[in-house]
Amino acid sequence: MNNNLYNYILGIADNSLILGQRLGELTGHGPSLETDIACTNISLDLFGQVRSYFQYAGKIAGDGRSEDDIAMLRKERDYKNVLLVEQPNTNFAYTIARQFLFDAYHLAFLGELQKSTDLTLSAIANKCVKEVSYHERFSSDWVKRLGDGTEESHQKMQNAIDDLWTYTDELFHQTEADKAMVEEGIGVDITQLKDNYYKYVSEVLEEATIEVPDIKYFQKGGKQGIHTEHLGYILAELQYMQRAYPNMEW
Amino acid sequence: MSEEQIKSLEKQFNERIERDEKIEPKDWMPEKYRKTHIRQISQHAHSEIVGMLPEGNWITRAPSLRRKVALLAKVQDEAGHGLYLYSACETLGVSRNELYEQLHTGKAKYSSIFNYPALTWADMGAIGWLVDGAAIINQVPLCNTSYGPYARAMIRVCKEESFHQRQGFEIMLKLCNGTPEQKEMAQDALNRWWWPSLMMLGPTDDKSVHTEQSMKWKLKRKTNDELRQQFIDQTVPQADVLGLTIPDSDLKWNEERQSYDFGEIDWDEFWQVVKGHGPMNKERMKARVGAWQRGEWVRDAAMAYADKKQAEKEKQAV
Amino acid sequence: MSKIKNWPLWEIFVRSKNGLEHRHFGSLHAADAEMALENARDVYTRRNEGVSIWVVESKHITASNPENNGELFEPAQDKVYRHPTFYDVPDEVKHM
Repeated sequence: MNNNLYNYILGIADNSLILGQRLGELTGHGPSLETDIACTNISLDLFGQVRSYFQYAGKIAGDGRSEDDIAMLRKERDYKNVLLVEQPNTNFAYTIARQFLFDAYHLAFLGELQKSTDLTLSAIANKCVKEVSYHERFSSDWVKRLGDGTEESHQKMQNAIDDLWTYTDELFHQTEADKAMVEEGIGVDITQLKDNYYKYVSEVLEEATIEVPDIKYFQKGGKQGIHTEHLGYILAELQYMQRAYPNMEW
Repeated sequence: MSEEQIKSLEKQFNERIERDEKIEPKDWMPEKYRKTHIRQISQHAHSEIVGMLPEGNWITRAPSLRRKVALLAKVQDEAGHGLYLYSACETLGVSRNELYEQLHTGKAKYSSIFNYPALTWADMGAIGWLVDGAAIINQVPLCNTSYGPYARAMIRVCKEESFHQRQGFEIMLKLCNGTPEQKEMAQDALNRWWWPSLMMLGPTDDKSVHTEQSMKWKLKRKTNDELRQQFIDQTVPQADVLGLTIPDSDLKWNEERQSYDFGEIDWDEFWQVVKGHGPMNKERMKARVGAWQRGEWVRDAAMAYADKKQAEKEKQAV
Repeated sequence: MSKIKNWPLWEIFVRSKNGLEHRHFGSLHAADAEMALENARDVYTRRNEGVSIWVVESKHITASNPENNGELFEPAQDKVYRHPTFYDVPDEVKHM
């Protein structure tokens, strides 16, 4: 099997998996019925993406492992998602800030992935890019609403951005699989997305009257499986059934 | 308006309903009709959104990705259905916020079934199969009810809900065809959800306070007891397909009635839960009130932002 | 209770496919038109029900009063000359 391609796909899909899981926690607890429905929709889109990626990864592995095996039966160090997406729903500002900071990256990434020479990946990207451009529209609108809403919401949004900013740099770190895939024309050179990302995100934040954090130190490690302590709990729920009742069909 | 005028209006009103004409929001209606509808529709809406909680509780733990998306979509539909119903209710001149207030202060009721805990994955199956099954029996006749907005909301709800029960049954089927442990899990869920599902169809006819008037207004087409019998008769053969045992030793086919006879329902338990002392009543309300309170600053922010933008627009137009 | 006013109510109209008119689908709450559109998309078209959405704040709709239905609509009932069947044409005349 092509290990690099397999790992590359997992790197993409794990972001959607963990973020989808985080959003799924909110269903039934949103600030309004309408917003609840919207966040669940995003979660559904993300899990749909995860299934396409993992089904493809399963095929590449070629040893009969299923989408669920890949999603639920790895160990904590084997998850490759960025730290950003595993951060908790501290309050709705964090949910929105996390979403926006990821969506802006995700949208640019998928735009490039559409050009992949791997036809399955480009087809998946083609479908996902429409979903994610809606996510980005939703989250950037809400960043502005909360940032430029009331004094209280402004403060909360500022705090959320301040806290989450430290996880943005990792989005553009290349793994070994990334580098190999770029070389083969399959993967996206994410280092090229960085400048536009910060430019765009800063524009939105400015419109939202949110100050763009100016920090020197960034957190990283998710892509190498070195996560924040939050991930363990996410996996405890995600994997619970598969671990407690192994080798069964549901 | 004189008493006589009101009487004559009421007579015309009742005749319209008898002719199967729909009543629309701006039409004259007796105050009691309005109040009864607000009560029933909002109760129905509350049930949808409180009903999101026991199932929402399992979203992060669903055993497969396929089950996870199905469950997410189902719980999301419940939010949608709550929303349709609140909207229908708002046409009667009461705001969603007032209705929430009634729910949060315990003034309004919701379906008692959601005051039971969802303990295992099999409960997702049992809820879909039994609770949605009972709900559908209640709801299908409402697609024809006299109040236009309610009937329209129900048509949409019923159409969308058709996958919910199948989703639940499929979960049960998979468990019953699985390992002994899985089948046991399914049987345990049936044991716990069976009686509450029967109670869900309401108190017996002789104890039901609203039935007669509701029948006239087509808010109800069959009595609680009739609905319950219908539910049992259609569910028992489904349990046979699953190979599960209904937890009622008195259950047996009555050849003469062409229906199942069944055992005594524990109505003390029913009233205990209705009155707020079920296993999960407090927990459910805490979750609803909590979400609403935590969301207040968000809703305020969105409104403040909208007002700000509107003012800017107007300023530019000058 | 919040100090600020609540999200207003919006009426949602959806065109289910091109060639058909927008039809009233229901209502929902939103702080502004943009949000109303987004919410409408998620609430009323999650099963592929639409290709176009209109939203209008409910307070901007002026509705006729059913009490005036007599004067508004009954006068049209006897204007049978507005319908083709009012006019006698021999059976042998085709295409008319």
